[in-house]
Order: sequence, then C-alpha cells, then structure tokens
Amino acid sequence: MSADHGVGEVSLRRARWGHGETAFWLIAIAAIFVFSDRYLILTEMAWLGLFALSLDLILGYAGIVSLGHAAFFGVGAYAAGLLAVHGIVKEPILALVVAGCAAMVLGFATSFLVIRGSELSQLMVTLGIALLLRELANKFSDITGGFDGLQGIVIDPILGLFSFDIFGKVGFIYCLVVLFVLFLLARLIVHSPFGLSLRAIRNNPLRAAAIGIPVNRRLIAIYTLSAFYAGIAGALFTQTTALASLDVFSFERSADLLLVLVIGGAGYLYGGLIGAVVFRVLQDMFSSWTPQFWQFWIGLVLVLIVLIGRERMYRGVMWLPRLAMRRMTSLSRSAS
Amino acid sequence: MTFALETIGLDKQFGGLHVTRDLSLKIAAGARHALIGPNGAGKTTVINLLTGVIKPNGGKIMLEGADITGLTVQARVLRGLSRTFQINQLYADLTPLETIGLAVSERLGHGGDWWRRLGSRANVNVEIAETLERFHLLDVMNEPTGTLPYGKQRLLEIALAIATKPRVLLLDEPAAGVPQSERHEILAAVAGLPREVTVLLIEHDMDLVFSFADRISVLVSGALLVEGTPDEVAHDPRVKAVYLGEGADA
Repeated sequence: MSADHGVGEVSLRRARWGHGETAFWLIAIAAIFVFSDRYLILTEMAWLGLFALSLDLILGYAGIVSLGHAAFFGVGAYAAGLLAVHGIVKEPILALVVAGCAAMVLGFATSFLVIRGSELSQLMVTLGIALLLRELANKFSDITGGFDGLQGIVIDPILGLFSFDIFGKVGFIYCLVVLFVLFLLARLIVHSPFGLSLRAIRNNPLRAAAIGIPVNRRLIAIYTLSAFYAGIAGALFTQTTALASLDVFSFERSADLLLVLVIGGAGYLYGGLIGAVVFRVLQDMFSSWTPQFWQFWIGLVLVLIVLIGRERMYRGVMWLPRLAMRRMTSLSRSAS
Repeated sequence: MTFALETIGLDKQFGGLHVTRDLSLKIAAGARHALIGPNGAGKTTVINLLTGVIKPNGGKIMLEGADITGLTVQARVLRGLSRTFQINQLYADLTPLETIGLAVSERLGHGGDWWRRLGSRANVNVEIAETLERFHLLDVMNEPTGTLPYGKQRLLEIALAIATKPRVLLLDEPAAGVPQSERHEILAAVAGLPREVTVLLIEHDMDLVFSFADRISVLVSGALLVEGTPDEVAHDPRVKAVYLGEGADA
C-alpha cells in the first residue's frame, strides 16, 4: 500500500462507472432501433431529461430550490428560434451553444438574487423571474411573435450533413448525443472537489465557510452552469419541434420539472433522466386512457411517491434484477 | 510583542443586550489558552466574533499582528484561524474521506477544480491519509459521517479543523456530549494537537481545562474577570465567588 493508505483508490472508486450506468445508456441507444415509431416522445424525454439534470445540479447538489427554471429553458428556446428565423447562426450545434450562453448570462445575472435568502425566498424569486420573462416576451411581440409564437422556424442540417427528418429520428439521436455529452460533463463536475464542495454547502453552509469554501462564489458558478444546461434543453426543444411560444416560460413547465425530479430522485444525476422517462410514459398512458383527468393520476402518483418513499419503491422494482445479478455472479464464481 | 491572536476592546451588543464588553484577550503563539466562564458569560459570542460569523460593534481582532476584523469567515480560515463546533456541524452524507478531502483541496487551492476527480492528486491524497490516520479515522473513511458513532464524529470535527492547517485553533467544547467510553480518544487527540498550533479552548469541563491549559481567562457577563496561570485562577477569590455562586456549573 502506498503512503496514502488507499485514499486515492477509494475516492476514485466512488467515481467509477457502474454496470447500471452502462446498462442505462445502452438501453437509451437501443431505443433508437426498438422504438422507431416513437421518436417524438423519445425526443421529449431526452430534452426533458436534460432540463431535469440542470435542476438536479442546483437542487440535488447545491440545495438551491427553484420554481422558475423555465426562465432559462425559455431563453434558450427563443434564442434558438430567433437565431434560426433571422438566419444569424444557421448551424444547429453552434446555435445550441449560443442559446445556452444566452441562458447562462441570465443565470449569472440573477444568481445574485437567488443565492441569498431562505428556500422560500428562492422559490419566490425564481418564480418571479420566470413570470417576468413571460410578460416581457408577451410585451415585445414584434420580436417574439407574442401568443402565436415565433413563425417560420426552419432548422438547417446538423453540421450541414444531417437534416431533421419528419419521423424525428435525427432529432432524437441529436438530443441523445447532446444529453450524453452534457451528462458526462456533469458527472465529471459532481465528482470533483468543486462538486463535493457543493454538497458540503447544501449540508451545512456555515461549516462549509468555516473550512475555507467560498460559498457564494460556488453557488453562483453552479447556478450559472445550471442555467446553461436549461438553455440548451430549451434550444433542443425549439430545434426539434420548430416551436417557440410563450408557454416555454410557463409556471407549469417549472412545476412539472420539479415533479420529474421528485419522481426520479435528486442528487445522483440519473434521477432527472429516469424521472423524465417515467413522467412522459405516465403522461402518455394516462392521457390516452383518460384525456381529461390525466393530471389527476399524475398527482396521485406524486402523492404515492412521497408517502411510500422512493427508496422502498426502488427496492421493490429492483428486487428481480438484483436477484438475477446475484445468481449470475455466484454462477460465474462457481464456474471459475 | 506580537500575539498569535489578540482582541482589543472588543464590544458586541444585540439590541439592549450587552454580550461582549470591552474584551481584550492576548493569546501568545503556541499557547494552550482556555476561555472559561459560567453559562451565559458570552463565550459562544466571542467565538462567533473571532471567526467572523458576527461583526463587533467596536474593537479590533488581530491575527498575528494583522487586523482581521473586517474579513469574511473563509478569508480568516485561509489566514490560519479555524474552529471546531460545540455541536457537530459535519456533512452527514459525505464520508470522512470526502470531508477531509474538501478542506485539504480548498487549502491547497484545488477546491475549485471541476475537471478532475477527488483522489487524482497524490499530494492531496497523502495529506488526507495523514490526517485520517492521526485521528483514527482510516477504518471508517468510506462510511457516511452521519452513521458514525458520536465519538468518531467529534474526532472528525477536530480533524476537519486541523486539515485547514490553522495557526490558531478555536476548540469549542471538544468533549461535549461524548460518552465516557469514547472520551479518552478525544482527550488524547486534543492533547496531541501539534505544538506549533496555538489553541484557544472554550470549555465547561474543568478537568479538561486544568489538565490542558497553561493560561486561563475567565469570562463573566461578557467581560474579562481574571486572567492567569491555572494555579492563579484556581486560587483567585473572585473566580471562586463566581463558580461557587453558580454551584454545580463548575
């Protein structure tokens, strides 16, 4: 054993890829071929997952709550739309980055208002900012198209090579790749000293300051990054649907996002992605079954999750795969 | 002479409540100094003033001759003034390894690194290991702090403060609430603190104070009553009056 008593080994082990993670992404890739008639809903899952990942970064890691995350989603969506309509940036990936940066600037500017104060004031300030932006978009309807939304969004081929097809295959693969890249970045960040310091701040801001962590600077940084992610999610939405209307800023969008994260669980990165899949499947199921009352059933599921607890549900769901896993490892052990 | 830590006419009022009155403390470099006083004497306020959690209404705080009265909490930590907390203020879902890793990374200027994982810098790892070993935490380094026995958590509390490499350490009742069976480990850790670190101990437990301190300041109603060697303080009639008057508090 080296001089570090295995400290390096143990801490790197925590950040290593698990089998579950590999399986998750293999399933996501498999979806391209297996669900070839459901690209639209898959695409929605992908950008919603990215959007939820963005909320997870501030809520699950830094403990900042938000009821107005749609503000950044909306800015990203409109930015992508405007860039395409006016032909400013034609290439989708470049436009995506520009749109993300627009949201990031707003995130940085508003972070100073959000990070100070209690959770309640965070909820109110974030909610207020999203409502404000919605009204601004409404007011400047000559730019944003007002209630009708932006008209005439046409998205160029990605890198000039891949055109968006009407079945949405290219759109889905595009969203999945962007999601995966940004997920890798988020994964890197949460296992870094920076990411760890966010968890320390969420646990106990006073103690975090007492070991020399610059609390406010860290919170501003992660809030800004989260806004960038949300902006990208919004831009993906616009690029894959050719839509940008006032509802990108809506309160329901921010509230649904919290729901997604509650369903999937915060603070381990996959919660937002799993939550997005489950949420969209439930929404789809309930709305085809009972179109008027699907929100009732979603609400019921939410109450059940909170009452039963995600841990217990997870154990129930994972019972069979875990059993199979254990059987397999014991089999392979006895074989060798 | 420059003191490791010095307060000059420190004053704090909360509304009509005068909690710190014209307090001038001088703590020599390398000292084992204890701050004692009956309940409500204002000891916690003094810690909060020294560490920068609250700002004084008057007076100055000097760290190794430099005025730090206007600095933030984390700026004081970087200057070498750290504290432990009376009630554990640890990160319940982080492991001791991660907890110490944070403090070490932060001090070595790697705290803002977002592009590489904790554990990828050899010098940080070695320092984490040394700290964990010194405080007997190696065997539990990968368990969530919230699940550790109370005594281990108290050790981690001290280890965390030491990991910031303080030049002056404020120990706020290090053995408070620790079961008798785990007490000796805490006392040994306190006794084994590096000599070059100046320690200000804030404590109720007189056994600990008189076995540890080479100098004692007695705080009563926010003002300094007596300062001297343990012997002088033990035989001071004013101190006796305060503590006898308080009864079981001593």
